[in-house]
Amino acid sequence: MQKVVRMDDMNGVASGFPKTAGAQAVVEITDLSLVYQTADHPVTALANVNLTINKGDFVSFIGPSGCGKTTLMRVVADLEHPTAGTALVNGGSPEQARRDRAYGYVFQAPTLYPWRSVARNVMLPLEIMGLPKADQRERARAALELVGLTGFERKYPWQLSGGMQQRVSIARALSFDPDLLLMDEPFGALDEITRDRLNDELLSLWKKTHKTVIFVTHSISEAVYLSTKIVIMSARPGRIIDIIDSPLPRDRSAETRDSQAFLDVAHRVRQGLLAGHGKDD
Amino acid sequence: MARMIRPPAILTRALPLLFVLAVLAVAWLGGAVWLNAPQIIDRWQRDGKTDYSTGELVTAAWSQERPLLPAPQQIYADLAKSFSGRLDSPRNLLFHTWVTGSAMASGFGLGVLLGGILALGIVHVRTLEKSLMPWVIASQTVPILAIAPMIVVVLGNIGLTGLLPKAVIAMYLCFFPITIGLVKGLRSPDPLQLDLMRTYSASPIQLFWKLRWPAAMPFLFTSLKVAISIALVGAIVGELPTGAQAGLGARLLAGSYYGQTIQIWSALVVSAVLGMGLVGLIGLVERITLRYQAVPKAAGGRG
Repeated sequence: MQKVVRMDDMNGVASGFPKTAGAQAVVEITDLSLVYQTADHPVTALANVNLTINKGDFVSFIGPSGCGKTTLMRVVADLEHPTAGTALVNGGSPEQARRDRAYGYVFQAPTLYPWRSVARNVMLPLEIMGLPKADQRERARAALELVGLTGFERKYPWQLSGGMQQRVSIARALSFDPDLLLMDEPFGALDEITRDRLNDELLSLWKKTHKTVIFVTHSISEAVYLSTKIVIMSARPGRIIDIIDSPLPRDRSAETRDSQAFLDVAHRVRQGLLAGHGKDD
Repeated sequence: MARMIRPPAILTRALPLLFVLAVLAVAWLGGAVWLNAPQIIDRWQRDGKTDYSTGELVTAAWSQERPLLPAPQQIYADLAKSFSGRLDSPRNLLFHTWVTGSAMASGFGLGVLLGGILALGIVHVRTLEKSLMPWVIASQTVPILAIAPMIVVVLGNIGLTGLLPKAVIAMYLCFFPITIGLVKGLRSPDPLQLDLMRTYSASPIQLFWKLRWPAAMPFLFTSLKVAISIALVGAIVGELPTGAQAGLGARLLAGSYYGQTIQIWSALVVSAVLGMGLVGLIGLVERITLRYQAVPKAAGGRG
């Protein structure tokens, strides 16, 4: 535990922003490295990562392909295991958090099960957790309402558009009401108009539910628009090169995108990404 | 530009079918004349009959008692005569169909059971794949005609005769597609679908019933269709070395002993119809079970 405190201080210094007193850390990552053993040579997916995510934060990981942003999130989700350093979720191990069903994970693809109707897809985690049938139905209804898909309960995934499918998968992650939402480029495959609309929906959802969100993206405007904290990453080896605590207000709307503050943050993110990229080529 | 007049939908759908049927009928009837006529001409020449019309020859070619290739109407007449007899009479093909069908059904059931158990073992126990799979594949490279008599003799020695040896032969043939299809199907979930179950900390049993099993269904049904048709082949082959007392295989064997070609063809037609019916039945169950699969592709062309 001592280690964590030290890391928190370091992180506060590194990001250049004082830590808000009393903020509760949901994710604490200390000196974390992850090396894959491949056939010819080891690949360093993450090198020396330090990061703290507080309750209620909306944190984006942004960076080029291969910078380890997805890997870092998968470590939090206990889908990957670090080779050095520690990751704590809610003060315990990621494995414990997974067993406690502390987080909901939204993948790049909707990963809906084609043999299940929309409602039954949303009920999947609830079934696994053994909730009573009536409770499952009620929660599925509420989750679908939250993502604006009331009336689509009996449809099958192939009958929905890509955007609607991704909303079902968000509803599925929300159905058991986890405090932490892990989203891996959830809107990456969608067109920009749909993506903007879903960004707004996600923001209002986040405000309504007070969840902590970790969001992987490689869209600068998406990261700036959504996040309270932007983590800029770089590849080979995957590492954090800058952490920006966004000065934008929590309440955001279409006008926010045109504000000077928005443009400033976007500029800083772009500079960070360029600097990180320059070292490779 | 002149617009084409569209025939009614039912006609456009039936036309290709009717066309194929017509081509088949013409080829069959023509083939019967082509194959049977030389024999008839030979006989007529021996009898000193030299003056005959083409019509006479064609009629004779389609109504021989033991033709090289019987005409369809001869097979139809034989089937009609056979079906009109008592159900438990060995002259009735339905009786033989029942004998073969029950052996096939038992063999199919055993094959699905064996194939399923093997697939489960292979998917869940890593060492079983390496140790079992070569035997599974080797079993299918042995010609069934070579192994069938041995199965009959061995089982007969320990007092098992009748339906069981045939069912075992059918099982031997049909477990293979079940194993292969089910292994493939149970492994078909993609890494993200598996990750999803992991994020829910699903138990292995939940992982199986909520993901692997439903994902395997389309593969299983394809395998079942292959399996049931070769289970039928297995049951028929199993009847050949038993001395051909009853069953469609027995009819085939007896027919070839005595040169009763019409009888052979009747049995062939019945087994083909039986096979088609069984595959169709599985297709029906598949369509009911996998209703969710009504992907837009399938509805294409109607709009």
